[in-house]
Amino acid sequence: MTQLLVITAIVLHAISGVPGLLFKRSADAGQKLSVALSTFGTVVGITGSIASLWFSTPKTSIIAIDGLSVIFLLPIFLISTLGSIYGLSYWKQADHPDNGQKLRLFYGLVTAALAAVTIAANAIVFLVAWEIMALSAYFLITTEDKDTAVRESGWVYLIATHLATLCLFGLFALLHSATGSFQLSPLTAGAVAPGVFTAMFLLALIGFGLKAGLMPLHMWLPGAHAMAPSHVSALMSGVLIKIGIYGFLRLCSLLPEPPLWWGGVILAVGVTSGVLGVVFALGQHDLKRLLAYHSIENIGIITIGIGLAMVGRTLERTDFVLLGMAGALLHVWNHGLFKSLLFLSAGAVIHATHTREIDQLGGLAKSMPRTALYFAVGAAAICGLPPLNGFVSEFLIYLGLFHSLNSGSGMTWTAAAFAIPALAMIGALAVTCFVKAFGAVFLGVARSEHARHAHEAKSMMTGPMLALVGFCLAIGLTPLLVAPVLEHGIRAWEPAAFDSGQKLTMLAPLGWLTIAGAALIVLITLGSFVLARRLRRCGVNPGVTWDCGYAAPASTMQYTSSSFAQMIVALFSWVLRPRVETPAEQPVFANAAHFHSHVSDIVLDGVLRPSFRFGAKITSSFRFLQAGNIHAYLFYIVLFLICLLLWR
Amino acid sequence: MYQLIDPILVAVLLLNFAALGASQLRTVIHAIALQGVLLGVLVVVAHNEFTIWAVLMACAAITLKGIFIPRLLFHAIREVSIRREVEPIIGFIASLLLGGLGTALAVLFSNTLPIAQEHVGSLIVPAALSTTLTGFLILTTRVKAITQVVGYLVLENGIFIFGMLLVEAMPFLVEIGVLLDLFVAIFVMGIIINRISREFSTVSTRNLSSLKE
Repeated sequence: MTQLLVITAIVLHAISGVPGLLFKRSADAGQKLSVALSTFGTVVGITGSIASLWFSTPKTSIIAIDGLSVIFLLPIFLISTLGSIYGLSYWKQADHPDNGQKLRLFYGLVTAALAAVTIAANAIVFLVAWEIMALSAYFLITTEDKDTAVRESGWVYLIATHLATLCLFGLFALLHSATGSFQLSPLTAGAVAPGVFTAMFLLALIGFGLKAGLMPLHMWLPGAHAMAPSHVSALMSGVLIKIGIYGFLRLCSLLPEPPLWWGGVILAVGVTSGVLGVVFALGQHDLKRLLAYHSIENIGIITIGIGLAMVGRTLERTDFVLLGMAGALLHVWNHGLFKSLLFLSAGAVIHATHTREIDQLGGLAKSMPRTALYFAVGAAAICGLPPLNGFVSEFLIYLGLFHSLNSGSGMTWTAAAFAIPALAMIGALAVTCFVKAFGAVFLGVARSEHARHAHEAKSMMTGPMLALVGFCLAIGLTPLLVAPVLEHGIRAWEPAAFDSGQKLTMLAPLGWLTIAGAALIVLITLGSFVLARRLRRCGVNPGVTWDCGYAAPASTMQYTSSSFAQMIVALFSWVLRPRVETPAEQPVFANAAHFHSHVSDIVLDGVLRPSFRFGAKITSSFRFLQAGNIHAYLFYIVLFLICLLLWR
Repeated sequence: MYQLIDPILVAVLLLNFAALGASQLRTVIHAIALQGVLLGVLVVVAHNEFTIWAVLMACAAITLKGIFIPRLLFHAIREVSIRREVEPIIGFIASLLLGGLGTALAVLFSNTLPIAQEHVGSLIVPAALSTTLTGFLILTTRVKAITQVVGYLVLENGIFIFGMLLVEAMPFLVEIGVLLDLFVAIFVMGIIINRISREFSTVSTRNLSSLKE
């Protein structure tokens, strides 16, 4: 029954874009119909997913819904629908007659495929859904395919996603060789050589890591997130890259007796992604690229949690498993919520100003107060500040890492000793980065005409944002409510996690978080009241922002996004490799000078593009072989035949 | 009758040289036709007895290789009105020398191959190899499309001689299939030659290089 509900929801999402194709290109009716279908599908789907936690359904050979699926199903349905409601105003059919219908068709398809991936019980079904998801996402990224930069980003994504699929083919071929079937069911230790398990693990790490955007494999992510329409970016960053995490978790749950170094590798990858993701974010000037790099950072945090849980499985420490997995799974939700909130507010800014360049914006808090407030909440949440949801999941991971400090095993101790400061550093850098983003975009004065004429977003756009703010606050304030769902997820991943009788609520003081959060809110409210009263008493003189006593302040006097982050970018210049054009030495009466700095992606622009260019250079020297002369070709065949004859 | 194989093969080899050295297209086609007839005879000789299948096979080979295809080629020559000019890329002497070298190497090389006991010392393998090589030589060094067809025919003849090794093992149907293949290929090539000459008013394959990307 619950399976039927989820499948109905998937079908509803899949067809949600179809009616739109039948209407005129300039008509909005199709869009409204598709939003209605999507909303109905989401209501049905969420009901079905939550119900399936309590009414266990028999597994079939094609689909199976367990706790882990539900954890991922909920954000898929929720964020997709919020995004499509947002699209009613952001990507109005009448404003985008060329690509609006295409966008909604693939938007529905990608949602359905994502949900289908999470309930697949069979590798073939999994792969089919995976491919539909990957290809639909390609068409979503290239929505504005008239733009060269968009096409190029789409191309990079397509290569990366096919590479991932290739790894998955290898992975499932190994699975079949180990079990004799394509069912995604747990393997028994000793069924095949341990090397096969290691190969499966590494293939999964690369294949799913490419989709999730783990650090050295993230090359497609910033471009794709920046180029897609904002509600698509929200869906991709909030949900689509998490499907990589889902696949990785699912596969790890199938592999028996993981060696300790697996957990170590996952932790190391997580720490790398987390730290470098946020460092690269600091160097960005493009609002959406900045957010995209934060996705890499948050995927890193999730991966740290998974690494801890894997170590826990090896050492049979249920507290590691419980805290690590709870943190990782909750962060999957949280990141989905606050990152889509941030992308939606960034979309509102772009919609109002038609630019993504942070240095073109400024002072938007005055013209777009609601968007500014929602962005601020999202920023606080992503930085892991209480009383919001990001704090809860990071708190769980911290707690798990501290548990592993007194485990007595050298390896885990070292891992934790690296991961805890790394996590702390990620948090600190994230705060810096969002102070920069929020400050440069919403505070100060407008830096360009675009920003000066900004207007507040329509309620169709702010509504979904408000809903996301509500979810962020709800999880942050009442984490006890989500604990049972998380426990279902952990049980699906590692059934032995509850053998020792420990529970999540015993390990983590979730109730206290509610009290502390409430106290914090009361304190903040009181403090702001007191402050407001004192301000009123002194009397306030409104002046120009960044006035600073100058006679004629200009908008160029403000901190720009690069000057704000300059110190940290310089500290990390060994990995960021910023390209800085400083003005040359000036004569006494200075000429006009120009300063420019840019941080390009180290993997894509630093490694992959040069190596592909090199490869093209090498291979192009063989072009003379293709002379177009039929006799030459026949001669090659003769040579080849003679070689074959003489071989051996 | 088995001892007749080697003399026939020597004749086949000599005809290879004739095809390589002749400057007139007519001579080349005559040489190939004769080679086809000889191969038909070879089928019967190799079977060592007059079974109905062997005779049928021989008749089919002779009709196709000795009569039908040469007539087709003569017809093509008339159609596109060329008489002589084989138009080699390398000279006739050089072609002959290369052909000779190929034949010598084929003989040397076939001694190193692991061949069934009853075929050791027979000329079948060297003849097959050298005819194949000759076919390739014609294919790679002649410009006109018709000589390409001839080259293909010689190549096919080489493979046909290889088939003689397996005369007991290979079912009749396979041999007939091979002949049918040949027929279809030549037929298609004939059509293509006509098309080329109609489009470019020449049958030189050099113009095909403009098709490269």
